[in-house]
Amino acid sequence: MPLTFPSHLLQSPAVRVGLSISVATGLYGVSFGALSVTSGLDFWQTMALSLLLFSGGSQFAFIGVIAGGGSGLAAMGAATLLGMRNGIYGMQLNVLLHPKGWRKYAAAQLTIDESTATSTGQSDPVEQQRGFWTAGLGIFILWNLFTAVGALAGSALGDPKQWGLDGAAVAAFLALLWPRLKGKEPVAIAVVCALATVLAVPFVPAGVPILVAAAVAALFGWFSHGPKDEGLEPDIDPYDERRQHGSHPGSGSSAGDAV
Amino acid sequence: MSLWMWLLLSCLFAYAWKLVGYLVPATLLKNRRTSRIAGTMTIGLLASLTVVNAAASGQALLADARLGALAAAALALLFRAPFLVVVLAGAGTAALLRLAGWN
Repeated sequence: MPLTFPSHLLQSPAVRVGLSISVATGLYGVSFGALSVTSGLDFWQTMALSLLLFSGGSQFAFIGVIAGGGSGLAAMGAATLLGMRNGIYGMQLNVLLHPKGWRKYAAAQLTIDESTATSTGQSDPVEQQRGFWTAGLGIFILWNLFTAVGALAGSALGDPKQWGLDGAAVAAFLALLWPRLKGKEPVAIAVVCALATVLAVPFVPAGVPILVAAAVAALFGWFSHGPKDEGLEPDIDPYDERRQHGSHPGSGSSAGDAV
Repeated sequence: MSLWMWLLLSCLFAYAWKLVGYLVPATLLKNRRTSRIAGTMTIGLLASLTVVNAAASGQALLADARLGALAAAALALLFRAPFLVVVLAGAGTAALLRLAGWN
């Protein structure tokens, strides 16, 4: 792992981006862990989500529905619909990386926004491999470590409302949404789905308004003709800094901006 | 069913989505509509989760300290703050508003 990397690997741009995105993403596992235990899940349920589900947006969705009084079925529905994009990432990564045997099954578990973005941001096939595995394994280890830290800290807090943890959940969802609002159309989708949610809340059981919004969004996707990758941006873009400076991916600077 | 059952099923379905991408033929990747729906649903679900967590309490809509957290988070994001800073801004604002007496 990172500490035993041969030194030449640390010269690899994809490995460096992968390590830096691992730290940035892993750290916010703290907020997931703390919010999860204050939403009513216990320590091991929280850890099961980070170890087995391992997809930030879906994990936050699951606890967000439970925290709002929704049923386990509605929580599962929201988490599962939000996980659909990982299937698209899997198809992209399978074409790029061609993992064979057990590696295919390991790669699948590590397929998330950030590992995909780190890999697809590289043009050299060797760097694409290094980027995926460094970011995937690095985030997996740190995300779980910091989830545990957050869960333990969260259980030690008294009244979560007193600490504003319900406000932290609101902020987390907005922060997950924000990088995907590039252009008028995604903003329109977000506004329409937010309105659909508000209208649905008084009439259907808790948790269901989120599924209503998902259906509205799916109809939008079916009938409209926007860019293919709209909404598939990572929560933290590994190449953010680089893009702003207009240089091409793989030029070697780190994603310090995201950290 | 217990929460554990729904949770483990969610984990199973999440892995199924991920794995299916590696097992289906690459030609499906060319299906624009699949990608579009995955993307628009991601936007719609996150927008909806934001609203529910900011303004819903069961089947009621409430204006409380969480709306302040929403505004603080938006401000932090406008200034390109990193994820954890945004989350802390939301928590801090909600906590302070409650201290000031706005629930």
